[in-house]
Amino acid sequence: MSVNEAAPMVELDGVAKKFPNGRNVLDPLALEIEKGEFVTLIGPSGCGKSTLLKLISGLIPPSQGQIRIDGLTPKNAREMVSYVFQDPTLLPWRTVLQNVCLGLELENVAKVRQLKRAEALLSLAGLEQVAAAYPRELSGGMKMRVSIARALATNPKLLLMDEPFAALDQMTRDRFNEEILRLRAEQKWTAVFVTHSVSEAVFLSTRIVVLAPNPGRIHATFPVDLPTVRTAALRTEPEFDVLAAKVSHSLREALAQ
Amino acid sequence: MKRRFAAIANALVVFAALLLLWQLVIWIFRVAPFLLPSPAAVGTAMVKKFPLLLRALSITAMEAAGGLLGSIIVGVSAALLFAQSRWVRRMFYPYTLLLQTVPIIAISPLILLWVGAGMPAVTLIAFIISLAPIIANVTQGLISADENLVDLFLMHNASAVQMLFKLRLPHSVPSLFVGIRIASGLAVIGAITGELYAGSARVGEGGLGYSIFYASSQLQTDYLFALVAATTVLGFGFVFIVMFLEWYFLHRWHESARTPDAG
Repeated sequence: MSVNEAAPMVELDGVAKKFPNGRNVLDPLALEIEKGEFVTLIGPSGCGKSTLLKLISGLIPPSQGQIRIDGLTPKNAREMVSYVFQDPTLLPWRTVLQNVCLGLELENVAKVRQLKRAEALLSLAGLEQVAAAYPRELSGGMKMRVSIARALATNPKLLLMDEPFAALDQMTRDRFNEEILRLRAEQKWTAVFVTHSVSEAVFLSTRIVVLAPNPGRIHATFPVDLPTVRTAALRTEPEFDVLAAKVSHSLREALAQ
Repeated sequence: MKRRFAAIANALVVFAALLLLWQLVIWIFRVAPFLLPSPAAVGTAMVKKFPLLLRALSITAMEAAGGLLGSIIVGVSAALLFAQSRWVRRMFYPYTLLLQTVPIIAISPLILLWVGAGMPAVTLIAFIISLAPIIANVTQGLISADENLVDLFLMHNASAVQMLFKLRLPHSVPSLFVGIRIASGLAVIGAITGELYAGSARVGEGGLGYSIFYASSQLQTDYLFALVAATTVLGFGFVFIVMFLEWYFLHRWHESARTPDAG
């Protein structure tokens, strides 16, 4: 279905962002993300990582430079992009099932196909039991599960995630990290992931981009040479710790500049 | 359930005590019936004039309900217009404040002049007095949808119509009910005071407000008390219906909708 098989999934060319008040949020930067990559943007507050994600989604326009998603402009590419926000952002007046259907519904997919697709995702995300529940009846972790199921329901080729697990406790977060990799193995989307957590970044990514603040810019890039199939045990492996230490060090450097 | 019965029993005990006190005052101080009729006399008036009372009550109820329904329809439509842009709001919003501040007594003579005495005039007064809170609350509800939810809809290429019907309107329903709750009280007050100025004087067409005016001029104080009691019943009826509808539509998903139990 790709417009161009050779085109990178995300291509940022000299992209910069200045807010109307004149503040430089992002200095011109270049970044290419190939299909199938899991790229994590990590950095201290004020490094523009959420802004970068918003730029890729086309929700805000760049002040200069060019953004291509699989060869298309971000707005034209929206059909193949899903966004997972920091908050679950569920519609409180809809049940879990209806929330998962939302994206398909907005894209005018036939009702029968919506339900079929939504039910498949509910079972994939372990949500069958609460399909008829309303968001207020769910825990924070369950809500995030619904939010992810909703994002995946439209069958995206690119998944943008803005600190989706920041509000969860460490144990739930670790489990979610394992599950997100399982879902990715099954569905083969490309991911751009924003986080504050080094261990989360190392565990999930194929590449880590460390950003420096004021104004935001790329400080360093780390390829993650860990096995493709990752389990909880990976977190105790020495090479995991080595890479985590390198990234932490780089983060401190970025902050000190 | 038990607790609710206990609450009702407590309220009834207070009510009975008040009636007793009232009766005692009349016995001890020998108050003239035209100043303060006894509870028994009020009760008798209620029974004897029940058909008249019921007729007056239903007329006022129709006027208040008509006014409220009108302000819901017009109010929601106006709010939909206001939600379109900040410029529209800047241009028209001051006039809703005008609606809220103009004393209804001051414009009643005008309405009487234009529409003539009777139910349409009173309904119009109830409508005018209850319109502002609907506009204000629904507008607020429509424009205050979470930014992230708006972004989510944009990411799925939602049309303006989808944005309105699947996001902004459902999001504004709790605010709509806040508005209706305030407006329902105002509509009842508007209908009763409206009748004092613009109620029909024809036999059998006067509502509670007009009947109160008439009973007081005739010194039928016992019937006057019965009429006042009927206005209270009417006000309670409106509040109860609105609260029930609010609970019915919101209890599954909205935090603010309390069960009648918790109230």
